[in-house]
Parts: sequence; C-alpha cells; structure tokens
Amino acid sequence: MKSVDKLILRVVSIRVLFVLASFGAFAQTSTSAPHNDVVIKNAVVMTVTHGNIKNGSIYIKDGRIAAVGESVNAPASATVIDAGGKYVTPGIVDSHSHIALDDDVNEATSPITPHMMMKDAFDYQDKAIYRALAGGVTTSLLLHGSANMIGGQAIVIKHKYGLSRDELLFPNAPRSIKFASGENPKRVYGGREQLPSTRMGNFAVQREALVQARDYMREWDAYNEKVKRGDKDASAPKHDLKLEALADVLRGKLMVQIHCYRADEFLTEITMAHEFGYKIRAFHHALESYKVPETLAAENIGIATFADWWGYKQEAWDAIPWNAVMSMRKGVRVAIKSDSEDYTRRLNQEAAKTMRYGGATEEEALKMITLNAAWIVGVDDRVGSIEVGKDADLVIWEGYPLSSFGIPGKVLIDGEVYFDRALPGLGMTHYREGQ
Amino acid sequence: MKRRAGGRSRLAANYRFLAALGMTVLLGTVAVFAQDKPVALKGGKLLTITHGVIENGVIVLQGGKITAVGAAASVNIPRSAQVVDVTGMTVYPGLIDSETNLGLTEISAENSTNDLIETSDEIMPHMHTAEAFHAESALIPVARMNGITNAVVAPSSGDTLPGQDSFIQLDGASASEMLLIRDLAMPLNFTGDERRNKGGFDKHKFPSTRMGLAAQRRQAFLDAQDYKSKWTDYDRKKSDAVRDKKPEPSAPKRDLKLEALLPYLEGKKTIVLAAEGPSDLQTAVSLANEFKLKYVLNHISHSQTVLDYVASLKVPVMVGPIYEAPRDDERYDTVYSLPAQLYKRGVKIVFASYSAHNVRNLPDEAGYATAFGLPYDEALKAITLNAAEIWGVADQLGSLDVGKRANIVVANGDPLDVKTDVKQVYIAGRAVPMTSRQTWLRDQYSK
Repeated sequence: MKSVDKLILRVVSIRVLFVLASFGAFAQTSTSAPHNDVVIKNAVVMTVTHGNIKNGSIYIKDGRIAAVGESVNAPASATVIDAGGKYVTPGIVDSHSHIALDDDVNEATSPITPHMMMKDAFDYQDKAIYRALAGGVTTSLLLHGSANMIGGQAIVIKHKYGLSRDELLFPNAPRSIKFASGENPKRVYGGREQLPSTRMGNFAVQREALVQARDYMREWDAYNEKVKRGDKDASAPKHDLKLEALADVLRGKLMVQIHCYRADEFLTEITMAHEFGYKIRAFHHALESYKVPETLAAENIGIATFADWWGYKQEAWDAIPWNAVMSMRKGVRVAIKSDSEDYTRRLNQEAAKTMRYGGATEEEALKMITLNAAWIVGVDDRVGSIEVGKDADLVIWEGYPLSSFGIPGKVLIDGEVYFDRALPGLGMTHYREGQ
Repeated sequence: MKRRAGGRSRLAANYRFLAALGMTVLLGTVAVFAQDKPVALKGGKLLTITHGVIENGVIVLQGGKITAVGAAASVNIPRSAQVVDVTGMTVYPGLIDSETNLGLTEISAENSTNDLIETSDEIMPHMHTAEAFHAESALIPVARMNGITNAVVAPSSGDTLPGQDSFIQLDGASASEMLLIRDLAMPLNFTGDERRNKGGFDKHKFPSTRMGLAAQRRQAFLDAQDYKSKWTDYDRKKSDAVRDKKPEPSAPKRDLKLEALLPYLEGKKTIVLAAEGPSDLQTAVSLANEFKLKYVLNHISHSQTVLDYVASLKVPVMVGPIYEAPRDDERYDTVYSLPAQLYKRGVKIVFASYSAHNVRNLPDEAGYATAFGLPYDEALKAITLNAAEIWGVADQLGSLDVGKRANIVVANGDPLDVKTDVKQVYIAGRAVPMTSRQTWLRDQYSK
C-alpha cells in the first residue's frame, strides 16, 4: 500500500478543482491556487474522546486534523465550510461488512481457507460503497463470510467512491483474518455430509489446521535459522499458501476476527487461542456476550455486535438488545456493526438504540460506531475520533445523529468532501457515471 | 356432497360464515383479559392524532375503551379510577403494523418453527393465516413492549396468492381473543419474487417467467368467475325446482381455492397488490381493474417515475420498506423519500415492518421518513389512523378519541425516535406486563 502522504498528494492534485467547485460559495481564495486546507466552523463537534465542543471548529491540513477547538488558527486561504450549527462526528467505521465483494463472500469449498484474500474480490465500483458513504460510513472492514471455520483475509477500505481501486484501500491498515464457529460451518458442510457437521467437528477441524500450521511454521523457522547460520545445504520447505497464512496467525501478524454467537463458544475459542498462542481481536455478532462479559474484558477481546437483531437462527435466540450496554458496563470494548448492505447506511440509528436499551450515554453510543469499531479494525490510531493528527474523516449531520432523524449532509474523507447531499444526481463529488 | 334442506346453497351458507367471521367478530369479542377498573392517565402530553396535541392532558380508560380525553382541567376522573401520573410522558394510540409475520415464525432458520407460506403452488388463496397464528409466540411481547398493539399478519410473499391476512391485537388470553379479524385481506404479489421456478431451460415447471405468472393469475380469477356463475346458476335452478316441486339439481363441486377468491372478486374485501417497478405495477393494476378488485398498493419501491400515475389510482399505498436498496442508477435517498413524494401527491400512506422479529422497529422507519421530507404528523398517522382506516377499524383504533378501544402507549419521548423508551402499554384498557423472554434473560444476567 502507498504511504498516506503519497496518496494525499496525488488525490489533492487531481481532485482539488472538484472540491473548490463544490464549495465555491465558501472559498476564500482563488481557485487557481491549489491547496488543501479546510476549516469547518460553527459546528457542534462531537469528538468522542474529549466531549462535545459547542460552536467549535476543525482545521484540516493535508487531509489530517490539525486543530480542534472553539477557535482554531487556520490560514486565510483555507476553504471554509460553515456547518451552520450542525453536529459533526467522526466518520462511521463499520467493523463488519461484506459489501463490494459481489457474490464472492464465501469460498465455501473447504472449512479452512485462510489464503483467500478479499482484496481479490473487491469490487471498488459497487454502489453499496456510495450508499454507505451517504449514511456517514467512511471506513469498513470487508470480511470473508462465515461458512468456514477459518475464512479469508479481510481488507479495510475508505469509502472514497469514484477513485481507483487502490485509492480506496486504507493505507497501512493491519491485516485481519476471519474465523467462524457455530451453526454456519456445520450447516454448510453438514448439509453435504462432510466434516464438520457438529460443533465438535467445527473445533476439531480448526484445531487440526492450527496444528499443521504450527508444524509448518517450525519447519520454516528451522530452515531460516539454518540459512542465517550460513548452512548452504539447507533445503527450503515447500510453500503452502494456506499454512503460510495460518502461520501468520500464530506469529501474531494477523488479527483474528471470530464470528461467534454463543457464550460457550467464546470460551472454547479463547481456550484454543491460548493453546496455540494467538490473540483474538474481536468476537463478531457476539449476541451472548452479556453472559460472560468479565471473561471477554479480561482477555481484552472486543465485540462487534448488532443493536437488536435476534431470532433469525437458533444461536441468535438468546440475543437481547441490552447486550451492548451490559457488556460495555463490564469492561468489554463494544462496537455496533452492520453485517448488512442495508443497515450500514444508518449505523447512527443502530448506535442510538444502545441509549434506549441500557442507557448508554451519547458519547458511549457514538463510540460504538467510531472509536471502538476502529479499534476492532486496528485503525484507531488513524480514525474514530476528532483529534489532532487523525485523518479528517468527518460527517456533518442534518439533525441530531443519535436519533431517527439525523442524516448526513456532507461526508469528508482525508479532508475532502466525497458526499454532499445538496448536490444534484448522486450527491457525489468524485464520481462520474459509467466509471 | 349432500345438499341441505331449506333452499339455501352451501355457497350462501359459506358466505354467511365468512361474513360472520369478517364482520360481526370484528373487535367484538368478550375480552377474557378484561380491564377490571378504570384507569386515568394524568399529566401527559397526548398525541391524539385527530385533534392535535394536548399538553398536560388526561385520558380515561374504562371497560376497555377510551371514555374521556382532554386537558387536565376539563376531564372528570371517575372516583373509582386508578390514577396514574404520567407527567413528562408522551401518550399516543397503539401503533398498527400493516404487514407482519407475527405468530407465523419463531426462529427464521428453523423450519419447524415456520408457517410462513405454502410453496406447493403459486395460487393458494385458501390458506388462512388465522389458522396458523401462534398466540404464545415469544415475538409478540417483544413487539408490543415498543408500543405496537395491532398488526396485520400476512403470509410471506413468495407466492402470487399466498393466502389471507388476519388482523390481530398483540395481547389476549388466546388466539381467538387476539385474532380480531380473520381473512382481513389478501396479498396479490407481482414483484418477480414469485418466480420460484426461474432457472432458464433447466427447469420444467410452469410458471417460470412473469408472463407465466401473469397468465396463471388471470386464469385463477377467470376460474373464480366461472365458479361463481356455476353456483349462481345452481341456486337459480334449485329455487326454480323448489317452486315447481321438481327434483333439485345436483350442486357443483366445491373448490376451496376458488371459493376463497369470491369475496375479493366481488369487491367485498381488500386485495393487497404488491409490485416494485413501474411495469409490474401497471400490469398488476390492469389485472385488478379487469376483475374490478378493491385494492391497496404494496411496496412500489422502484416506481418513482410513475408517482403521478400512482396518485391517479386514488388508492392507499403501503410504502417501502424505505430501507429497500435503490437500484444502481438511483440516488441513495430515492426510496427513503418515497413516502414524502407520495404524500405530496395526496396519496394516503402506511408503513409496515414486513417482519416478525423487527416489528418493534416500525416507528423508527416512520421517523426516518421525516428526515427525508415526510411531515411529522403524517408519519405518525401512517402507523396509527391511516392504518386503521385502510383496515376498516378506524371507528375502534388509531387515535385518542372517546369510544375507541383503549390501546394506549405511554413513553418517555417522541414515539418516532429510536431512543424513546416505552414505559407502559395498555391494550383494551389493560396494562400489559412490560416483560418478554428478552427482559427475563436481561434480568437473569443482571443479578
């Protein structure tokens, strides 16, 4: 992936005219002088990490937040966006999504497919990216499906709809791999009279793959050690993409994201992680985390859960809408995610449900779709809050975001407007029909 | 088949049966879960729907009905009433969900718990959701705790004619008490989803295309017409025979499918006509007109280019869900703004959850539509009075008016806001327990 700076330079030079055109009314300098300083003023800034700033401003320089406060020092040449007293939040992070993969979500031909790269299926022209952007989503984790105990490797995207494929990839985002458990793998393979068809089978398949991966890793470690010692006769083991990927799990190079519903399965997955020495980043869905929140908190495992989905299958029967807040109160890092092309468009509403079910504060609710979600994705050092140094991924809302009535007016990524509701057509700044 | 003595045909008897179910049972059962003592809700903000907002109001519920509504100073509270202070609360009529699968499913992926649709044939008008309705479903308390007190129960939509809807109340001692109207209406679907045999040249079962579905559907109504004239003919011949003291003719064979279509063919009951895009919509409307069906429209999520035509039909629209994804060439908010667009053209709209587990989120959708231009009062009406009118129960439900059934919601805020917590629901004047399987689990793990 490109470095952030390189990417921004390129984007700026190509896109600056569009930005200025869309903010002609506010532009304070001649459009002939390309710059990328932006000031959002007269906003209620919901920072997520240090409260709300009424009548606040955000100064954006080179795509990053350079200053936040009641007043900011910005050059007179900066493009000014007058928020007119509206709310500004960080861009929403969807920590569990399958959009823009067309139908290639599951390589359901084997329960162990860690070498599948979602980047290879990434359809950067999928309109779902645009529709989520119009709902305020600026970053998404695109995961393999849950048909396999060990699925493929995720990609993290920024919703810069209209740019080229690689420009949508989140620069330097850490790698994640999808694991799954429970009903889905057993239904897919059990339905074909294959292993696994039970939860015992599920975990046996997973353990066997990890045992093989450990042997593979040891073989390569031994070989590399020999080479390092200058052993000219050392012969390299065979390359195996599948085991290579799993070895990276054991080496801690991949964050493990586990689709898991039931409390007992959290415990088994944790035992397995201890057995093989890898770390679980988050349980996804995690509808029963309210039953064992202390364990998840002690392990520093996050959850990416639904606000109130339930009953769509047996393992979702004990889902309760208080799950997010009950878990949070016991120290679990909670994100609300969509897992849906539909719900990803209004995650703000989903987050607001946690204020109703369990009494999350406004900031706690917002954190579940911003900073906590960013942590699960592993990009919380870059996005998820409005702080100096972070990427200027921002949503200017019409109405109060944590309600039924709030909808995005403008969405900025790396300091540039990508969606503007006031524009005709699709409301896009960087997209051309037929692209 | 034996004929009855007494000069009345089976068809007529059947009609009387239907009429009895459809009309006299309507909201008229003796409640087993009866309200035992009057209740006065005092000090709340009343959203009456029909006569504005009353701040610091009083509403009296007695004998299962609303007996007084008004400003605190103007209402006499009966001495025997239990007075509930609802100061700071918002009080509004129970919400009505115009299409759900409540009582027909528990766990979506577990087929043994599903009675959603009979897929052996596309034409199944003789399926009665009332006969599958599971009153003890764990989903019902979950929905009603959010203020949904009444709902239409429909089969799922994969058939052209999947069967007949029921109108329920979300509380009662038994299914018969909760089923207020059996065979309320009948869905007629033409969205393309009914093409179960779609599969190009590999499938050999008719119908596999929309042409096939249209032909099959038209034939069903033609068959029903023929069936009707056969019986009319028989009735005439029989009464002639009685008059002339001649042997009675033999009765035609009963056909439950065709019989089920008759009240609809005669315009006595409502067809819920579902289509998405403009051409399917117009094909569906042509059929409805050909057979003079009384109908409301359903979905029309992708008919934005023909909204003036929709308005010209002068029928209500069950819109959306507005969460239906736009087509790829459409703007992101083209379905979100559909309710506002229809309202602007004078079309009466209602919302539906089209769901079982997510019925509780019905008001959120109405709220979201306001963000895209639907006036607030209309959004609230779309899940209260408009729905009551469409389903023929506006004399009983849909607003805070004296004489109506006391289905009342007390909440801590705006009914259309996702954050609002419903504190108490009254159904037929009775405070329903604010518990569900979910609150039980919550409490178990909160200890």
